[in-house]
Amino acid sequence: MCQCCAEKKDIYLPQLATVADISQMNATEKYLRLSMDDGMFDFLPGQFVEVSIAGIGEAPITISSSPTQKGGFELVVRKIGNVSGAIHNLRKGAKLGIRGPLGKGIYPVEEARGKSLVFICGGIGMVPQRSFINYVLHNRGDFRDVSILQGTKNYDLRLFSSEIEAWGKRGDVQMFETLDEGHPAWKGDVGVVTRLIRKVNTDLKSARILVCGPPVMYKFVLMALEEYDVPHNHIFLNLERKMKCGVGKCGHCQINHTYVCMDGPVFRYSDLASLPEAI
Amino acid sequence: MSVKKITKSDFANFVYALIQTDNVIGVQAKGDRFDFAPLESAKDLRLDYDVTLQPPKKYFLPPTEVLLTFDVGGGYKSQMDCGKFILLGVHPYDMIAINQMDELFRQDNYDAHYMTRRNNATIIACDVARFSDHVFASSMDTAVVREGFDVLLTDIGDSYVMEAATAKGNDLVARAQGAVEADPQALRRREDVWAHNRKSLNKHQLKCDPAYLPRLLAKAYKHPVWEERAKTCFACGSCNQVCPTCYCFNVQDDVSWDLQTGQRARAWDGCLLDGFTTCAPNHEFRKARADRFRHRLYRKGAYVPQKIGGQVACVGCGRCVGACLPDIANPVSVYNRLIDDLGIG
Repeated sequence: MCQCCAEKKDIYLPQLATVADISQMNATEKYLRLSMDDGMFDFLPGQFVEVSIAGIGEAPITISSSPTQKGGFELVVRKIGNVSGAIHNLRKGAKLGIRGPLGKGIYPVEEARGKSLVFICGGIGMVPQRSFINYVLHNRGDFRDVSILQGTKNYDLRLFSSEIEAWGKRGDVQMFETLDEGHPAWKGDVGVVTRLIRKVNTDLKSARILVCGPPVMYKFVLMALEEYDVPHNHIFLNLERKMKCGVGKCGHCQINHTYVCMDGPVFRYSDLASLPEAI
Repeated sequence: MSVKKITKSDFANFVYALIQTDNVIGVQAKGDRFDFAPLESAKDLRLDYDVTLQPPKKYFLPPTEVLLTFDVGGGYKSQMDCGKFILLGVHPYDMIAINQMDELFRQDNYDAHYMTRRNNATIIACDVARFSDHVFASSMDTAVVREGFDVLLTDIGDSYVMEAATAKGNDLVARAQGAVEADPQALRRREDVWAHNRKSLNKHQLKCDPAYLPRLLAKAYKHPVWEERAKTCFACGSCNQVCPTCYCFNVQDDVSWDLQTGQRARAWDGCLLDGFTTCAPNHEFRKARADRFRHRLYRKGAYVPQKIGGQVACVGCGRCVGACLPDIANPVSVYNRLIDDLGIG
C-alpha cells in the first residue's frame, strides 16, 4: 500500500480502547468502562459504538453512561453471540477496538429542556436509556418532572438495581419498577411495564416519552400511550437493528428507506409513519 | 476535450500498446457468454458483447476485499488497494450504475476503499453494439451515457468514435496512434447509434417514465404482487449478486494460522438472503420472503433514489431477469403489474 493511501481516513478503522473496569452484572450481562487510548471521545446520549474484538468481529453497542460522566464511557453487553461472548471474556487492561460514536438520531436533549420526561424501559432497554437518564439527573434543574419506568423479566435479570434504588430515593424522580415474574425477595409490582404508566403523576401529553425495550414491547407501550392522547411527536423510540457497518453503507439496519445507523437509533414516533417496517 | 475517430485496426494496436504498459481489464468471451477479466491479448477484447455475466462493479467493490489487518489483542491497520487500472468496454447502463455507486460511497461517510479504486480507474465506456436478451435500458433512460467515463467508444462500422471526457481520458486518447479528429459524418453516425439504442435496447417495455416509480411504489406497499412473486422465490440472492447497483455487504474477521494476526474483510451480501436482518437474540426484522422481495424492488425504485437525487437505481441491464430461476425478478414485469392495477397518477 502506498503512503498516500496509508494516510487516508478509513471509516472502518477502529481506534484502540482499554478496559478500565469490567464486572458481571447478572447471569448474562457484563458492565464495562472503557477509555480511549488517544483520550478523544465526545458523544451524545443515544449514540452507539462498534465494539471490535480482533479475530471475532464487531458489534454495535449503545453507550450506557452519560457524557456528563468523566473517566471514559460505559457499556453493558449481554452474552448472546460471538462478539459479545468475546467481550465477556475480556479482563481489566485488555485492548479492544472502538468505532464511533455513531448515529445522528439521538435523544432529544435540547427539545426536552424545560419539559417533563418519562423513560419507559423494558429489560436491557434500561442500558441505552441510562445515558440520557443520568444526563438529565446531572442537569436536573433544566428539566421538569422525571419519571422512570422499568420492567424486567425476573428478579435475577435486574440491571443497575442499586442505581435505580438511588434514583428512587432522590425525591426529584418518580421511579417505578416491575417484574414480569414474582420473586420471594421482590416486594414491588409484578406485571408488564405498561401497567406502570398510570402511576406516573405527570401530564403525559406535554411530556417527552422515551421508550427502549425488546421489539415486542413497543406496540403495547404505544397502545397504552394512545389512551392518554400523547402526541406522536412527543414519543421517542430507540430502534436498534443490526448496524453492521455503522456508517450507512452495508444495508443491514435499513428500515424501509431509513438507515438506523445514520438516522437513528433514536427515532421520533411521528417520523416513523412512513416506515412500516419500524415496529 | 477531444473527439477522435480511429479505425478498428488502429484501435487494436492501441489496445495492444496499452496492455504492454497498463493493467487493462476488458470484456472477453467466457464460454458462450461474456465477462470482464484482465486482458492479456488485444484479440481477446470483445466490444461487440451483449451483456457481461457480472457487472464491472466487482473492480470497485470486489466480492471479497480486505478492509484492514490486525494483531490479535492489538492494533488495526487499513488496507487500501491502490493499483491503477483501465476498465475497457463498460456499457452505458453499467456506467450509470457506477456513477450511482460513486455517489453512494462518497456521500455521508466517504468510503476510502471504494473511492481509492474508483479514483485509480480509467474507464473506457462503449456504446452497446449487440442487444442482450433482457436489456431494458431504453425504458430506464440508460441506453446512452454522457458522464462518468474517461473515454467513450462508439462503433460506427469500420471505425470507433473515441471521445475523451476527462484529462485522464485525454491523456489516454493522445496515446492512440492513427486517431484523427472525428469528421462530421462520423459524429452523425454516432448520433444515429445513440438514437437507435435509445429506442431499441428494450426487450421489456416499462409502461411509465422511470421517474414515476417512486410515486408508483408509494401506493404499492400492500399490493398482492409481493406475496404472489415471493411464493416461488428461492431467496437465493442471484438477483442481488448480478445487480450493478446492489452494494450491501457483510464484514467478517479471519485469524491467520499463527493466531496472532488476521484480517477483516467485507463480502457481498444480499437483502433477499435469509438472515440478512437477523439481530441478537436471533430476531429477524425482515423475515418474510415477500418482504425481502419487496425490499429489493423498493430499494431500486424508491429508497436508493432518495439518496441519489431521484435517479432510479435499476439501470435496465436485465441481468437479474436472466439470473432468476423461477423467473420472478424482472423489475419491469413487477412495475408494469403495479401500473396495470394502480394506474398512473
